[in-house]
Amino acid sequence: MSRLGPSDVARLRKEFPILDQEVNGHPLVYLDNAATSQKPRAVIEAVSHHYERDNANIHRGVHALAQRSTAGYEGAREKLARFIGAPDAREVVFTRGTTEALNLVACAFGPSVLGTGDEILLTEMEHHSNIVPWQLLCERTGAKLVVAPIDDRGQLDVAAFRERLSPRTKIAAFTHVSNALGTVNPVEELVALARGAGAATVVDGAQAVPHMAVDVSALGCDFYALSGHKMFGPTGIGALFGRAERLDAMPPWQGGGEMILTVTFDGSEYADVPHKFEAGTPNVAGAVGLGAAVDHLEAIGMERIAAWERELLDHGTEVLSAVPQLRLVGTAERKAGVLSFLVDGVHSHDVGTILDLEGIAVRTGHHCAQPVMDHFGVAATTRASLAFYNTKEELDALGAGLRKVLELFA
Amino acid sequence: MSELRELYQATILDHGKAPRNFGELASANRSAAGHNPLCGDRLTLYLEVEDGRIVNAAFEGSGCAISTASASMLTEVVKGKTVAEAEALFDRFHRFVAGRGEAELFSDEAAGLGKLAVFGGVREFPMRVKCATLAWHAMHSALAGDGATVKTE
Repeated sequence: MSRLGPSDVARLRKEFPILDQEVNGHPLVYLDNAATSQKPRAVIEAVSHHYERDNANIHRGVHALAQRSTAGYEGAREKLARFIGAPDAREVVFTRGTTEALNLVACAFGPSVLGTGDEILLTEMEHHSNIVPWQLLCERTGAKLVVAPIDDRGQLDVAAFRERLSPRTKIAAFTHVSNALGTVNPVEELVALARGAGAATVVDGAQAVPHMAVDVSALGCDFYALSGHKMFGPTGIGALFGRAERLDAMPPWQGGGEMILTVTFDGSEYADVPHKFEAGTPNVAGAVGLGAAVDHLEAIGMERIAAWERELLDHGTEVLSAVPQLRLVGTAERKAGVLSFLVDGVHSHDVGTILDLEGIAVRTGHHCAQPVMDHFGVAATTRASLAFYNTKEELDALGAGLRKVLELFA
Repeated sequence: MSELRELYQATILDHGKAPRNFGELASANRSAAGHNPLCGDRLTLYLEVEDGRIVNAAFEGSGCAISTASASMLTEVVKGKTVAEAEALFDRFHRFVAGRGEAELFSDEAAGLGKLAVFGGVREFPMRVKCATLAWHAMHSALAGDGATVKTE
């Protein structure tokens, strides 16, 4: 398969209706993909079609619509499982997103392995969703958090990670790709180190799955969390991959309909994995949309997407490096398409607002990664984050917008 | 660029880059801190109040151009005002920038705000309202004397 080139990208862009609009009199330049991605027509239509033709509650209905809905929902689960390399679709639990997936692990798995004085190892670059659930778990169990630091390039200090693994480490949780810095972690190595120390491994894959091929079997992790809305699917849907032996051993976390086999007031029997962890009527339409997103990505090919984003990242880095008074934050050797930066003398919020007036959407603030901001001694950065539908011209527009910022604040 | 000038007017940029009354106020007898954790705006407002009148005002801190300009202008406009007048001004300013009034009332609301009317552009940027009002919330807290750090989110 040939590489994606500008004409391929131009064609792919047309499938995203939202990209074709003006903001403040300028063509929209959407560079906030780490916050959420845009949706191709195929995903939008899959959701509409579900509601127009197939919608019914799933799993127990004997009528035609119920069967079609169930097929759509379970079909999406199977597609997602194949997409991320899960050996079995029953190892994929649908959740609202990465945050809920991580909370699920913390609540339903954590207490079984952690006691007072045990440890959970995290990294300094984690998103709040891969910190706070573990903090809550520590409060419940008397375990404590241990943090492996990052260096000034935003790279994980792997030696420190290894040193901080101890016989008391029961869970090691870390991100595949940092949303604030773009750093891509050596997850295979980290998983191997953690497993060697007897710890269960939990990987936050929210920023990885949309941008590169992921194979959870090859990674060997116990748990892997992802978000549908970051991978061109709807909001309100995501998934937790969990190895079968882990999920089978875990108690339920939310109780209710759909996750049971029988219910009496003397006791209830729970459904098998994955349904054991899917209480209540799920986001069926969301799952159907996510299935369509997986189809869309597979048709393009994750390797081609990763290669194009690599070109974009290189171009963007070049453009930004040429802007005076600009300092990139997060300069790891292995990076995904995230460009976080500071403009000397201009607060991020002002940068972001002025760029918005040029039609450019970036994110400013702490990016749900306050410890990262603390590491670099700043309250906020401005962040441009890429997807495969971005172009080099859009990055040039970002550069021009930043020059306008400097003019205004000169 | 005209929308730009609406929000980032010369006056705002000027006060943002070269804030007036910047620094600790030795004679202050009221002060309060303000913090906008979402974007990192942080300031401390100092007031000297005598017989119910604000005789001096100053501030310290770091933040975006909007929050800095707002604090700078606040310290200029409240000097000489009674506490009641300053509080009334806070109320009016807050309503003005939060844009809760009808569009037709804009000029009515702007009148009586004097140079603070330059913040009219903030109405179009709801996410920045908290930046514009941070110093005013701090002033309110300082006058109430409860000493609590105000947080705008």
